[in-house]
Amino acid sequence: MTWINAVVQGLFLGGLYALFACGLSLIFGVMRIINLAHGDLAVAGAFLIWTINSQFGLNPFVALLPALPIMLVVGYVLHRTVLARSLRGGALIPLLTTFGLSIVIQNALLQGYSPDVRSLGAAAGDWTTGSWRLTDQLSVPYIGVCTLAVACLVLGGLQLLLRRTAFGREMRATAQDADTAALVGIPAASIYARATAIAVGTATLAGAFLAVHSTFDASSGPTQLIFAFEAVIIGGIGSLWGTLAGGVVLGVAQTVGAAIDPQYSILAGHLVFLIVLAGPRGRSLITRSAPA
Amino acid sequence: MTLLEVENLAARHGLLQAVRGVSFTVDQGEILAIVGANGAGKSTLLRTIAGAHPAAQGGVRFDGTDLAGVPAHKRVGLGIALVPEGRKLFGELTVEENLAVAGRRSRPGPWDLKAVLDAFPMLEPLRGHRASSLSGGQQQATSIARALMTNPRLLLIDEVSLGLAPVAVDAVYESVRTLKDAGATLLIVEQDLGRALSVADRVLCFLEGRIALSAPTGEVTREQVTAAYFGLDRPSVPEQT
Amino acid sequence: MSITAPTPPAAGHAWTISRSDRTTRAASAGLVVLGLLLFAVPFGFRTNVVQQLTSLFILLILAVMWNALAGYGGMVSVGQQAFIGFGAYTTIFLTQHGVTTYLAVALAPVASGVLAVALAPLVLRLRGGQFAVGTWVVAEALALLVALDKGLGGGTGASLRGLSGIEPDLRRAFTYWLTLAFMLSLLVAVVVLLRHRTGIALQAIRDDEDAAASLGVRTAPLKFGLYVLAGIGCGAAGALTLANSLFIQPQSIFGVQWTAYMLFMVLVGGLGTFEGPVIGAVLYFALQNQFAEQGAWYLIGLGAIAVAFALFLPRGLWSLASDRLNLRLLPVGYNLLHRTGRSAGSSAQAPDGGTSSRGESTS
Repeated sequence: MTWINAVVQGLFLGGLYALFACGLSLIFGVMRIINLAHGDLAVAGAFLIWTINSQFGLNPFVALLPALPIMLVVGYVLHRTVLARSLRGGALIPLLTTFGLSIVIQNALLQGYSPDVRSLGAAAGDWTTGSWRLTDQLSVPYIGVCTLAVACLVLGGLQLLLRRTAFGREMRATAQDADTAALVGIPAASIYARATAIAVGTATLAGAFLAVHSTFDASSGPTQLIFAFEAVIIGGIGSLWGTLAGGVVLGVAQTVGAAIDPQYSILAGHLVFLIVLAGPRGRSLITRSAPA
Repeated sequence: MTLLEVENLAARHGLLQAVRGVSFTVDQGEILAIVGANGAGKSTLLRTIAGAHPAAQGGVRFDGTDLAGVPAHKRVGLGIALVPEGRKLFGELTVEENLAVAGRRSRPGPWDLKAVLDAFPMLEPLRGHRASSLSGGQQQATSIARALMTNPRLLLIDEVSLGLAPVAVDAVYESVRTLKDAGATLLIVEQDLGRALSVADRVLCFLEGRIALSAPTGEVTREQVTAAYFGLDRPSVPEQT
Repeated sequence: MSITAPTPPAAGHAWTISRSDRTTRAASAGLVVLGLLLFAVPFGFRTNVVQQLTSLFILLILAVMWNALAGYGGMVSVGQQAFIGFGAYTTIFLTQHGVTTYLAVALAPVASGVLAVALAPLVLRLRGGQFAVGTWVVAEALALLVALDKGLGGGTGASLRGLSGIEPDLRRAFTYWLTLAFMLSLLVAVVVLLRHRTGIALQAIRDDEDAAASLGVRTAPLKFGLYVLAGIGCGAAGALTLANSLFIQPQSIFGVQWTAYMLFMVLVGGLGTFEGPVIGAVLYFALQNQFAEQGAWYLIGLGAIAVAFALFLPRGLWSLASDRLNLRLLPVGYNLLHRTGRSAGSSAQAPDGGTSSRGESTS
């Protein structure tokens, strides 16, 4: 029963990781860069919600309403001011830039909010700690179901946006060939900026659920970036639903690992990632001539 | 009326001078064919006019507007469309999506999805197909149709018939004639001299980044163009790569 | 060695390609003398200076290794701390099993090289940002594994034993000499690599891996070689850090802050240049001594400076000097020289306008 419980908890944790991963995946899909500051932007979003909550006493989920638009603007401006320029510098510069950004954001949060570990679980209300008790040992937490549902909604929404809207078509065209996209009148810089805004928005959502689900502090970002990346690779690059599957596999690996011994939790996730990398999926990465 | 003025234009690929100080004009409603050997700078010239390649010197004026500093996507808005060498379709998108994505920000004009599908009936049954699954001729038709979706005033077509089966070339040239009759202004790059001379009003022959010959098609013989093509009318210059 | 260019780029001009000139020859000789002089430092200076120089040389090793990966191989690693930590903990492990301390420090880089050989097939499957995060995951996994091992001190850390019998001044001098020896041999290894034909191929990979591959450059063995070299170098840096500080903890020796320092040094000094990382290391060393007490603000500053360099001066400070003065201290690139004497070398832009530093005339 412990094992079933671990798998169920892992499933919900996977929803959280998928939420972190989809923004990373979107930016990679459209611009072919990995934003090494993705996790830190998510944590910055969590701190923004924490600030709104503590200043105005708003429930964290209500605080998302003002926080999301703010972070969308942050993402848009970030691209226009920093990322757009870094993209012109070739393949390495965006990595160096976003890693530098990650250091800046982490330490700015550390300076502004102290190294204290926080949680928004209590502020979100009693329901976040509640659960449906199916049997004596198996319970289904409300917040877990909620996270997974939101992850599915966000992934489904992104899928619809990409497949069914004119903006989504432009994103896909630009992702494939930005030079040719310009030749049919698509302003790539504006597409990129909006994609970055959406990615930072989903990161903020992920940060909010992390903050309610468990704890966060100024240096939580890199860990979340790594989990998000693992979810993307395990699930298969370029597939949004694969990302959800990857997140779930990672989450289950961690909770099953933790069921054996708590200190194996994160290590188990890393090992699953490395095993996937060593397998056929890893081989498919190397045979691809261009990063995709 | 002059639509396009190219003035002393130069463009380079790194240290290699691809276009070396070229000047010419294109009138409204005219078809200008550019011929020349591989590497003569034709494609670079077209890409520079479209804003896809930076000019090293000189300038391009379009309908009186100086295009210096105008990025490619804004030139589309002014009415310049390029059918690039190699078609460059968005392979993961369907034919219809390829057309729609170009039509979204198009200038007002006669070309919409229905109009281009009427003009290229071969594309109608392929609407839902991925562009990467098309044959060469179908791709070229889609690429031209995609450019038309922006309602261009000047259509630049690079390598109209390269790599196409003769039947497909006929179909593509049929559509070029249709466009001509509709009053479009075209600048086409063509390796096939006979085809170029048959459809164009004027021909420019490129040799090593310069214009070796410029004449109305009615006043020039195939032999004259061929001579210019190979640089036979002047002392030979060693080939540079 | 000068080769007359067979096809002159412009008619009527004569060009030569050269890789060494008077400056590089004089500077190379000077560097050899400087290297020898540095060995004498412990005889003439206080132990404080010796220890500081040891720290500087460790930073220099790290900068040069990270530059070899990113600057020449186009591989931005966020996980070189895996080798730093592995080198340090291998030293601990070996001394626990009866190996004398300095022999253990010398063997640890070899073990790190072996680790790199084992990891290479896995991480070299990844490119660009994937490689960056993939290497980071490896470092995190290794840190967790080490923290699990009670014998290595677990999460609380471990001390280097076996040095109590040696007088402190002598111990510091030994560590210094060992560090200097490693630094010089790694520098020589990089110079040899760059002077070899592979150096050009590596720069081609850095500029455009797919294009390089399509031109027949066998990219895989070269990247493998660089990755292993950087593994050895970073392993040495880790073992030497331990020898210099005598105590390590898994969180800090496997910490991602090492990557932040390496990235800063290389970006500020000059990515993809030989001299840049050296400048970057000296600069970083000075900054660290000045501002490290500022804590978060210091790191914000480092990050912001790194971002600014990436965006506005991606070839770093060295490019300012080398572009203006056409100065090169080591004959590791190629110069396109106009016969009349004026050089058109380092200031020429790469075809893609990118971050190419030198060797433009190889086309």
